[in-house]
Amino acid sequence: MTKTPTVTESDLHAYVDGALDDAGMTRVADWLAAHPDVAKRLGAYEAQNGALHAAYDSILDEPVPVEMVNAVTAPKAGGALLSWARIAAGIVLLAIGAAAGWGLRGGDSQTIAEVALGAHAVYVSEIKHPVEVGADQEKHLVAWLSNRLGHPIQAPALGKAGYQLIGGRLLPDRGRPAALFMYQDEAGNRLTLYVRRDGGEGTTAFRFASDDETRAFYWIDETFAYALTGTLPRAELLALANLVYRDLGR
Amino acid sequence: MPDRNSQIIEQIPHLRRYAIALLRDKAAADDLVQDCLARALGRFHLWRPKSSLRAWLFTMLHNLYVNRLRDQARTAETLRHGIDPETHPSPANQEARLALGDLSAALARLSHEQRSTILLVGLEGLTYAEVAAITGVPVGTVMSRLARGRETLRRLMETGETTETPSLRSIK
Repeated sequence: MTKTPTVTESDLHAYVDGALDDAGMTRVADWLAAHPDVAKRLGAYEAQNGALHAAYDSILDEPVPVEMVNAVTAPKAGGALLSWARIAAGIVLLAIGAAAGWGLRGGDSQTIAEVALGAHAVYVSEIKHPVEVGADQEKHLVAWLSNRLGHPIQAPALGKAGYQLIGGRLLPDRGRPAALFMYQDEAGNRLTLYVRRDGGEGTTAFRFASDDETRAFYWIDETFAYALTGTLPRAELLALANLVYRDLGR
Repeated sequence: MPDRNSQIIEQIPHLRRYAIALLRDKAAADDLVQDCLARALGRFHLWRPKSSLRAWLFTMLHNLYVNRLRDQARTAETLRHGIDPETHPSPANQEARLALGDLSAALARLSHEQRSTILLVGLEGLTYAEVAAITGVPVGTVMSRLARGRETLRRLMETGETTETPSLRSIK
């Protein structure tokens, strides 16, 4: 007497999903041969899986949105992304598996303070080439940077506080031009003023950032974002930031 | 050995595919995945390196999804009575729907438990044990949701009506 195999509903789904071992697959296949109506039902379930893959598999090949890559590689407390990163959501990166080589990593979600602190550290230690165009060509320097930034800028006068303009340079900032002015006092202490197009509505209060002994005050007006950086006590730097702000507003 | 960032980034396309199929709204889905990634980064020290990273991330995504449904249901209840999140699709899904025809519309008619189960098994290819862990229920419940969901889909796509589904009994 042949033993009738028991096939449960669970077995049938496991058959569809390839979750049975070889013996189980054979057992169900044999049983289905004798129950064509059920075989037809399973065919419909397989078709559902096929339709899901047909409809959604293309998403696997899509480039990964840049905000998601940033969430992994450059997480910030609070998770807020600057408006530039939202605009750049149209620019996406291919998920090639390696975190190295993400050209935008770090650059697109930094505040101006982080960028300015970085630029300050890189350039103030330069002896031979701290600037690209010297203060002896200030008019040309200002005209050049105004042209590149697309709006008139000035190098503020800080002589009252003992700082003289050394000169300035052009820097890339998220693919757009930014300006860096460098000042020096008699003791050789250096300040940098970083300026980029990033205006908001009205003017913000001074915000403070620091990286060890290097400190920065930053703010925006309708046209630009500014960051004044130096290795000074905070109160002194704030006074200088005020001076910069008043001088630029004249 | 691939670093942490690469391992997680590799899973993003899978998380997106599941979330988009589940929510049928690409913006809401990407939003959910974004939240999941932020949470995963904060809790990465809790992941046991020998366990499946994909299952861990999917569990996190599933929990965030269920929390959102509960929040939406709570809001909806204050506006009108009788919304049972277990049997009615979330109102948010009605907008920005990807045009995928009958299957997509039929999926939306399922409870979110049945829909997630079908997608995790049929689209993501996760094992029944993994799906049980992700959705926080016994494997028997996974099988029950799978069976009922698939049969409802079949009936809806054939005739446009839902009928009784076969129970999990042994079939002779």
